[in-house]
Parts: sequence; C-alpha cells; structure tokens
Amino acid sequence: MSNLKLIIKREFIARVRNRTFVVMTFLSPLIMVGMISLIAWLATLNNDEIRKVAFYDETGLFSTDFKDSGDVDYIDYSHLTLNDAKDSVVIKKLDGLLYVPKKNSNSELAKSIQFYADEAPSISILNRIEKIIASKLTNQNFKEKGLDLDAIENSKAKVNILIENFSGEKTSKMSSYVKMIFGGLAGYFLMMFIIIYGNMVMRSVIEEKSNRIIEIIISSVKPLQLMMGKILGTSFAGILQFFIWVILGGVLLAVVSSVFGIDPQPAGIDQSMAMQGDSQQEIQLILQDIMKLPLGTLVLSFFIYFIGGYFLYSSIYAAIGAAVDSETDSQQFMLPIILPLMLGIYVGFFSVIENPHGTVSTVFSMIPLTSPIVMLMRIPFGVPWWEVLISMLLLIGSIIFITWMAGKIYRVGILMYGKKPSYKELFKWMKY
Amino acid sequence: MANLLEVQQATKQFGDFTALQDVSIQVPKGSIFGLLGPNGAGKTTLIRIINQITLPDKGSVYLDNEPLQPQHIRDIGYLPEERGLYKSMKVGEQALYLAQLKGLSKTEAKKRLKYWFDKFDISHWWDKKIQELSKGMAQKVQFIVTVLHKPKLLIFDEPFSGFDPINANVIKDEILQLRDEGATVIFSTHRMESVEELCDHIALINKSKKILEGKVTDIKRAYKSNTFEVGVLTENNTDLYTTLQGKFDVTPANFKTIDDQLKMKITLDNNTSSNELLQYLSSKGQVMRFNEVIPGVNEIFIKTITENE
Repeated sequence: MSNLKLIIKREFIARVRNRTFVVMTFLSPLIMVGMISLIAWLATLNNDEIRKVAFYDETGLFSTDFKDSGDVDYIDYSHLTLNDAKDSVVIKKLDGLLYVPKKNSNSELAKSIQFYADEAPSISILNRIEKIIASKLTNQNFKEKGLDLDAIENSKAKVNILIENFSGEKTSKMSSYVKMIFGGLAGYFLMMFIIIYGNMVMRSVIEEKSNRIIEIIISSVKPLQLMMGKILGTSFAGILQFFIWVILGGVLLAVVSSVFGIDPQPAGIDQSMAMQGDSQQEIQLILQDIMKLPLGTLVLSFFIYFIGGYFLYSSIYAAIGAAVDSETDSQQFMLPIILPLMLGIYVGFFSVIENPHGTVSTVFSMIPLTSPIVMLMRIPFGVPWWEVLISMLLLIGSIIFITWMAGKIYRVGILMYGKKPSYKELFKWMKY
Repeated sequence: MANLLEVQQATKQFGDFTALQDVSIQVPKGSIFGLLGPNGAGKTTLIRIINQITLPDKGSVYLDNEPLQPQHIRDIGYLPEERGLYKSMKVGEQALYLAQLKGLSKTEAKKRLKYWFDKFDISHWWDKKIQELSKGMAQKVQFIVTVLHKPKLLIFDEPFSGFDPINANVIKDEILQLRDEGATVIFSTHRMESVEELCDHIALINKSKKILEGKVTDIKRAYKSNTFEVGVLTENNTDLYTTLQGKFDVTPANFKTIDDQLKMKITLDNNTSSNELLQYLSSKGQVMRFNEVIPGVNEIFIKTITENE
C-alpha cells in the first residue's frame, strides 16, 4: 500500500474512532430532530391558547364586527361604564380592553381608539383588530360618499402575473425562492463543512506536533504527503458523518412526524402555498422549476467548488496547525479563514439574492477564497459558462499556490517548538 | 574501509542564522559513529539533512556511493530526540502503521514485530494505548519501530534518555548486535561515557562547523601528551618528588590508594621512554601504579570546544 493511502486510512480511522466524533455523529441528528419537533410542538401549543379581549364601544358601530375567531374571543362590555369595564377586565384577568370613543368624524375616531392592557398584546392580534376597524370605517366612508359597496367589491380586480421566459416556458413566482434555497443551502453546507472539518485537520496536525511523533513520521514520508493524507482522510470521515446525519435525520424526522402527527415543515410555507389561488397548479410549477434548474451543472459545480473550497481552506488550517503549539495559540491566525468565509456567506445572502448578476456578486464569485460559496449560490440563477470557467480556473490556480505555500509553512512549522510565530515569521518560513 | 555515508560540505541557513557551515563527515560501513557537539551546534540539522527532512542549501550527501534519493528513506532508521507516539492509538496498531510507512508489508511487519515484542517481553502491550504506558516503555516501542525494517543506517539521537540503567543496557546491547549484523550506526548524545563505550569514530561539531573527526583511537593518540600516572611507595616522598621535578614535568596526582604513596603525573619528553622512567622509579622504591594517561572523549570534547571559542 502506498504511503498516502496508509496515511489516509490512519487519519480516517483515527477520526472515526474518536469518541466525540461518534457521539456527535449519532447525537446531532437526535438533537436537530428534537429541536424541530419541539418548535413545532410549541407552535401548536401557542395556537391553542385563546386570547380574551373585551371591547367598550361608545359608537355602537362594531358590535357585530368583532366576531370570535380562532384564537381570539371578543366580549362586549359596552353596556357597562368605562371604569367598570376596565375593572372587570382586571378582575376577570382578560387580555385587554379595546376602547372605541364617540367622535364626530370617522377620521377623528380612527386616531383615538385605545387599547388597555397590562402587557402589550401580540402584534398579530393588534393588526387584526386594526384591520377590522379600518375596513369598517372605510366602508362607512364609502357609504357617506354615496358609493355602492357591492359595486366596489365587484369592480376589484385580482391580478396574478404569469411569468414566462422567451422560449415559452412557464415558471412560478416561487422560482427565485427555489433557486435561492438551493444555492443558499449549498453555500451554507460548504461553509459548515469547511469550518468543522478544517478545524479537525488543524487539531490533528497540532496533535502530531504535541505528541512529538511528527519527526518519526516525516523521516518516512514527505511532509506534503502527510498533509494531503490528513486533509483527505479527514474529509472522508466528514463525508461519512454527513451521510449518517442525513440518513439518520431523515428517518428520525419521518418517525417523529408519523408518531406525533406533527408536520415538521415550517408552517409558513404551507400557509403561503395554501393562500395561492390555484395551489395545485402552483406546486406543479414549483416542481417544474426544480426540475428546470440546471441540475447537472449544479451537481457538477457543487462537487468542484465543494472539493476545491474545502482543499483551499483545509490546507490553510493545516498550515496554521503546524505553526502553533496548541489550539489556543491558533486563534490569532483564524482571521484569514473566518473573514472570507463570512464575507462569502453575507455576499451570498444579500447581494446574490438581490441581484445575482450584479457587480458585487460577480466579483466575489471570482475571488478564490469566496468563490466556492458565492458561485454556488449564483449558479441556480444561471451563470454564463465562461464565468464559471474563469472562476474555477482561478480557484484551481490558487489551490495550487496556497497548498504550496501552506506546505512550506507546514514543513518548517511542524519541527518548530516553543515560540509563537508571527505572520512575519510565517512569511520567512516560506523561503527556507 | 568503504564509507556508507558521506556528507560533503553541507551548508544550511535559516534566515540569518547559519545552522551548518561546510560540514563534511565520513561514516565507515559497520562503524558506530558518534556525532558530538554542544547544544545548538547543528547536530540535529545535520541528522535531518541525512534523513531528507531538511534540504541543504549547499553540499551533497551520498549513501552507499549513491547521491541521496527519496527511496533511501527506507534504508535509514531514525530515532529522533523529540520523539513520541500517537497517544490514543494502540501500541500494536501504530507499530504496524509506522512499519508499513517504511515499506514493509503488513504480514512481514507483523512477523517482525512479534519477534521484537517477544524479545523485549512486551507482547502483552499490543492492545494497550500509549497513554497507558510509561515514558520508558514507549521508548522501547519507538526503538523497535526504528530498527524493524532492518535499515543499513541507523541514526539514534540521545537513545538512552528516558531509560533506567537496566533498560539502557538492554538497548545498548541491541545496538551493538545490530552493528555486528552489519548495520552502521550514527549516534548523537551528550553522554560521553556511552560514546567512550560504543563509538569507534566520532565527529565534533561546534557552532555550525565541524572541528574534529576521526577514529577514536587516532584522536586519542593525537591528544595524549606522553603523560603517566605514577604511584610509588618510598621512604621519603618529598625527596623523590623534588628529584623528579628536576628531570621531568611533574604534577601531583590524586587517586585513591590504601597506603601512603607518592602520587604524581609525569610528562615525558621525547628523549625518555616509559621503560627508562619505570626502571628509574623502581630503583627508588616500590612502583604500585604506572599507567599512561589517555584523554577521555569528554576531556577532548571540552578541550577542543574551549580552544575553538
């Protein structure tokens, strides 16, 4: 067996056998699923609670408009005096008292409605009350101006723009959301992978250094070989872990949702879909959108950027590990890793979504340290092939350059003990 | 005798710091070669160059008359001064791993490991983790891993540190046996008594330069000053002492005896032989002690270093 294979195998086994790794592999999906179920459960709990709101209406306009609905019950206290109404609300521990005073005009009335409560009521309830009052007053205004309400209702137009591209394919309005989710997930996943497993590479380098086994090893293998073996072995362990997470998480989620009857999908999507007029057709269009994404390109470029980005960063991690004696010392060198990663994610979530082909997005999808994340987020929106090509070439070029540089630092660093190096010293090492 | 290893004019700089300056050494086949020098003299750098861990800026290295190449790594066994093992890996596993990195097949490595583990009586360690072993125990494993692939050249950097006297002796015997089986040994240490005992060649490095190299016997011959340590039992010690002082370079000596001898060191000039001195002394009294003072490696070490300051 070649030395590289041996090193990869050892690194892989060492990672996988590590107790924390095993615990995290099996515990993380449990925690994630547990959290999702908890959130879903809490959301249903919240919905069950019924708020009781009393109203004191001097105008008598709204007595029929405040109807008990879902989670809010309305109680009419208009027959009491205002003070009595307030007292009963306090005694009966209701959630608040809505006071509609008598005013001369609707416009004056609109400004003087008050809500008494110990704790501010939830915004959604307030919004709902405001909406009821507003529509009532609007209708009143229409009547006063002599307009026919039915006529107004009938003449309201409903618009649903159908989006179609120039080659005649229909898409839904959700299309850009779908693209955003695909790109965002890919970019976010890459960042997490780099941070988790890059750190692992670094720790394994530091371990070899502090164990003092490093000199024994590099009297048998080339330092660059050792570094590569470490990066590869760790990434294989990482891929295995992610596979287990996905499978275990999926199974658990399915089990949880069938046992407890909780729909773990975020409620928001359901509602927004249901609100669409022809939801059936809309869902079909979304599915079509997913199918129409450049899936082949997406998967291929995902692999290239994923591998490229991971290699780029983990060789920097390895160099940092070689330069320091302990993990605490490594903090000072974390900036060159964290900064571009964060920049990539922020540019991705703000610029790319706003304008996938704008200058900022384009530039950051070319710069090698941010390109894996930003380009992955841009690709679902359709990027000209030559831009992808340039970005990939730049990435490959800088991987070669950075691994070479990291290898130099690594080679010198693993044999240096005791002193905390500065950036200046690291630069000097490259010339040894 | 042919040389197994030749280093020619190796120079290595780290930034402004010169670690080695035109250092050449010749290590004869089958010898035990002591590489000596104070801390920071450049020994480790030289050893790392031989192991191809560091590349020299200038100079060349020949192993068995071939310029040093990557595959020569397998002909060398190196036990570094800074040595350790993976803490959380089992002893057997990591010995196998390190042996395989040196190019042994798994089955061959297992066979040879079994032989060595039995020899050192440590077979029951196989499934233990290094963190459960003491430092000395771990060193034994490291020693085995160093010699397992039967390299032509063995390099030991402070091999005895961390061993108790009994185990140090075991290791010493193993080194001698490996030499007898044909291996060449380079030996870097500060413990002069082990150099005295083991090495037949030495090189002395100080401040990145080699200042002395050769056969131990030749060096000693060069450094001896025709001085004899003498103990004589006489009637009148002072009398003889003053007489001798007139003829030779005499200084009082100090060694332990049970009776009241006249103890001194006598340095002969080139005109007088030791036999003549002995004859003269025996006419004056009973000669209890008469031996040539041969400088120890330690003395030579200190003398050359201070002379070169």
